[in-house]
Amino acid sequence: MKITGDSPPVLSALDRPNSYIGRSVPRPNLQRLTQGRGLYVSDVSLPRMAHVAFVRSPHAHAKIKNISADAARKSPGVIAVVTGPELAKVMTPWVGVLTHLKGLKSAPQSPIAVDVACWQGEAVAAVVARSRAEAEDGCELVEVDYTPLPAVTDPETALDAKTPVIHSSLGDNLCFERKLDVGAVDKAFAEADAVVETTFMFGRHTGVTTEPRALVADWNAGDRRMTVYHGTQAPHMMQDLFAKHLGLASDQVRVITKDVGGSFGIKVHCYADEMATVALSKLLTRPVKFVADRIESFVTDIHARDHRVKAKIGVNKDGTITAFEIDDLTGVGPYSVYPRTSGIEANQVVSLVGGPYACANYRAQARVVFTNKNVMCQYRAVGHPLAVAVTEGLVELAAAKIGMDPLEMRRRNLIADDAYPCTSAAGLKFEKLSHHESLAHLDAMMNYAGLRAEQKNLRDKGIYRGLGFASFIEVTNPSAAFYGVGGARITSQDGATVKLDSQGAIIVHTGVTEQGQGAESVIAQVAATAFGVSIDKVRVVTGDTDNTPYGGGTWASRAAGIGGEAAWQAGKALRDNVLAVAGAMLQAKPEALDIRNGIVVDKANGTERLPLEELARVAYFRPDTLPPGFQAELMATRHYVPRAWPFAFTNGIQASYLEVDTDTGFVKLLKHWCVEDCGTIINPQLVDEQIRGGVVQGIGAALFEQCLYDERGQMLNGNMADYLVPMAAEMPDIDCGHVVSPTADSELGAKGAGEAGTAGAPACIMNAINDALRPLGAQPLTDMPFTPDKILRALGKV
Amino acid sequence: MSALDISLTVNGEPVSERVEPRRTLVDFLREDLALTGSHVGCEHGVCGACTVRVNGEIVRGCLMLAVQCDGATVETIEGLSDSGEIADLQLAFEQRNALQCGYCTPGMLAAAQDLLKRAQEIKNVPSRDEIREHLSGNYCRCTGYHAIVDAVEAVARARVVSKP
Repeated sequence: MKITGDSPPVLSALDRPNSYIGRSVPRPNLQRLTQGRGLYVSDVSLPRMAHVAFVRSPHAHAKIKNISADAARKSPGVIAVVTGPELAKVMTPWVGVLTHLKGLKSAPQSPIAVDVACWQGEAVAAVVARSRAEAEDGCELVEVDYTPLPAVTDPETALDAKTPVIHSSLGDNLCFERKLDVGAVDKAFAEADAVVETTFMFGRHTGVTTEPRALVADWNAGDRRMTVYHGTQAPHMMQDLFAKHLGLASDQVRVITKDVGGSFGIKVHCYADEMATVALSKLLTRPVKFVADRIESFVTDIHARDHRVKAKIGVNKDGTITAFEIDDLTGVGPYSVYPRTSGIEANQVVSLVGGPYACANYRAQARVVFTNKNVMCQYRAVGHPLAVAVTEGLVELAAAKIGMDPLEMRRRNLIADDAYPCTSAAGLKFEKLSHHESLAHLDAMMNYAGLRAEQKNLRDKGIYRGLGFASFIEVTNPSAAFYGVGGARITSQDGATVKLDSQGAIIVHTGVTEQGQGAESVIAQVAATAFGVSIDKVRVVTGDTDNTPYGGGTWASRAAGIGGEAAWQAGKALRDNVLAVAGAMLQAKPEALDIRNGIVVDKANGTERLPLEELARVAYFRPDTLPPGFQAELMATRHYVPRAWPFAFTNGIQASYLEVDTDTGFVKLLKHWCVEDCGTIINPQLVDEQIRGGVVQGIGAALFEQCLYDERGQMLNGNMADYLVPMAAEMPDIDCGHVVSPTADSELGAKGAGEAGTAGAPACIMNAINDALRPLGAQPLTDMPFTPDKILRALGKV
Repeated sequence: MSALDISLTVNGEPVSERVEPRRTLVDFLREDLALTGSHVGCEHGVCGACTVRVNGEIVRGCLMLAVQCDGATVETIEGLSDSGEIADLQLAFEQRNALQCGYCTPGMLAAAQDLLKRAQEIKNVPSRDEIREHLSGNYCRCTGYHAIVDAVEAVARARVVSKP
């Protein structure tokens, strides 16, 4: 049996008598999902509901001369055909900028293209019909007369004077630029014993959530309210956006999020076709459903990671890293995505390169340019996979150049575990990291020396195995520094309301959302522990802007660290309130009482005094028996936002062991390890599964996934047969280990764990492939994904 | 082409419906019968989210037409749950957290049960590689598969050892 049993609590600081902190309790919502009884947006059906399908531009860039919809309007089941100018009367356009990314600019974007389509896949008309099939039939009959315009598809030439400007109002194709120059970089390179320089390429890829994006918008003209059933990570953010661009007050919009079939950052953005669906519901005064099909997902779900990074490292013979320098260029599509912008990924690359290392000399430039491809924006681990691959790729290339073991190279350069708090060269503030302890843990866990010996033996037999590593840092628990300070109405605080029901159980309403990562479980564990009931007496309510505290939802690994702390504080507050009632009933001092396993007890000796069920009965049904003037308050709300640090950085190290078939170029993954420090671990099993799932998404980027475009801006592999994703047979087992450095910014001390796997895995795979091929004299591979043909080319075989 | 009448058995219940020839089996199950446990992921036979059992064999509900199922016996996650046939597998998935968003899970369970049934017949616990190979037509974006393999392996062991 490999099923992990419940493990005992590991953290004494938070150890209450019935603590669930540090225990692998199963998630409360799983039975519903294993029985197929979930409620995904795809499953929602409302009376009078219509379905929308979109006519999408087949051109990367084209003027829309005329749209002829007469035949479509007569097609069976078709209710309406709506174009961009018609929808513009219902909904205002938006611009994806943030003021703290100085100089970032973009053009107004409409729910349906007006006059010009700017990428292949942009909606140019909507067909609303009784069924999706009839809506698609209608789309076939819409005739659009386009004048093709030159497409800007190469970021390298996007800023050239002869390249057409996509939005003439902006003056050029530059979206955002950032430069950084810290220390004495030129001197450090000049004095280094060795300098390694290379160019890293990252394949544009996307989230491929199993359930595509979906929403049902229901404008009720009677009560003048818009209810949106939405597969989103951030219900309150979407409420705000829908209201703003429909000209409604935010209380006129309710966003309900039930089960979501995967998100990973894909479902935290403002999508034109989703905005159009909401606008269509208002226009047609009936519910309208949109579920993207897989083909439209590939050309409209945000893409990410399409970067070219020229990079350089200086190193001395003793292994000391003297300087890092990067030049990053990325093409993000024709618009900066609203409201988080498309400047964040490059901004993160600049901030994160070199982050684990004590190196004071760093120069960086990043340019973000517009292109006529699908838009790019934040996808799981935003910027980290790139920054980690650049940094760790350079570190291992430098180690090879000076003939040093890659782990020893890291030991000599990683920021010392006793150096905190400290600030990185790029200005990142670290509260407490554990690079060296993590590395030592990994070294032992994987039996590094043993694997090196095995690798050597097998090489003699013509079998080429490689070991690759990646130390990393990861942004979690973001404060308002991420978006709020730049003017975006994206909240970084979150709230929890805990109330006692009439039978002594509690109900927790939280602003964070469940995307499958286990937020409901974590919130239940925290609330049960803080308040003092067993976990089966906790029900968690998420994803409803009418019924949950205002919150940011799920992004940047914030649900456990921020939402969890709010639930912790709310649980404690309700405990105090309930003990006040108990004190009144028992004529005891509330501070001498506690709640344990659903029973009010004497704090000193645990003597049972009063079951919560009885307390709730009296408080709700016989309040007349309580002392005069005493009012029981059986609901408590608390909010939390990190204040001491802009972000709670986590850290860790990953390793990959793989075998390269030098005849076919195929890579066989043998094993993967990750040691991570996410502070207090609330649920070890959930943390490990976040890491494993994240690692595999990172492996996808390294070996398989790429949105291929031709020079005309046509996506060539927008389907799951041609765009490869990791499947079970190719993936390795993944061992996880932990170091625990809690953040002092919260009582729980939890940091995020959702993205670390994705951050480090691509670098590991790259380094392991290069380690395997080094004795064969292969050119180092730095162009992801590492497909068999690239490997054979590096070996000089094709 | 005009609609056709079909009669079949779905989760043990007789069903007679009139369907368009172009209606896929999974759309028929979800939209005509409101059996929303079978999910639509790619609609071109790659992701496996729509995996259901037809006449005892697992198929992709998006690659089969409803009209092809005239006279057939169809079992979906709702039926497999209600009959108790995969209760141990569901429990193992829950305990091992072998699902996150759960969207792929009904199809994954059907595919895993297909392997487990055969393993039980030949009284052989499949290796982790064999489990991975058998599930390689079912896409899961959340878990990275490790936990799924653990859960299936645990059930295989329990079934073969305890029910020889």
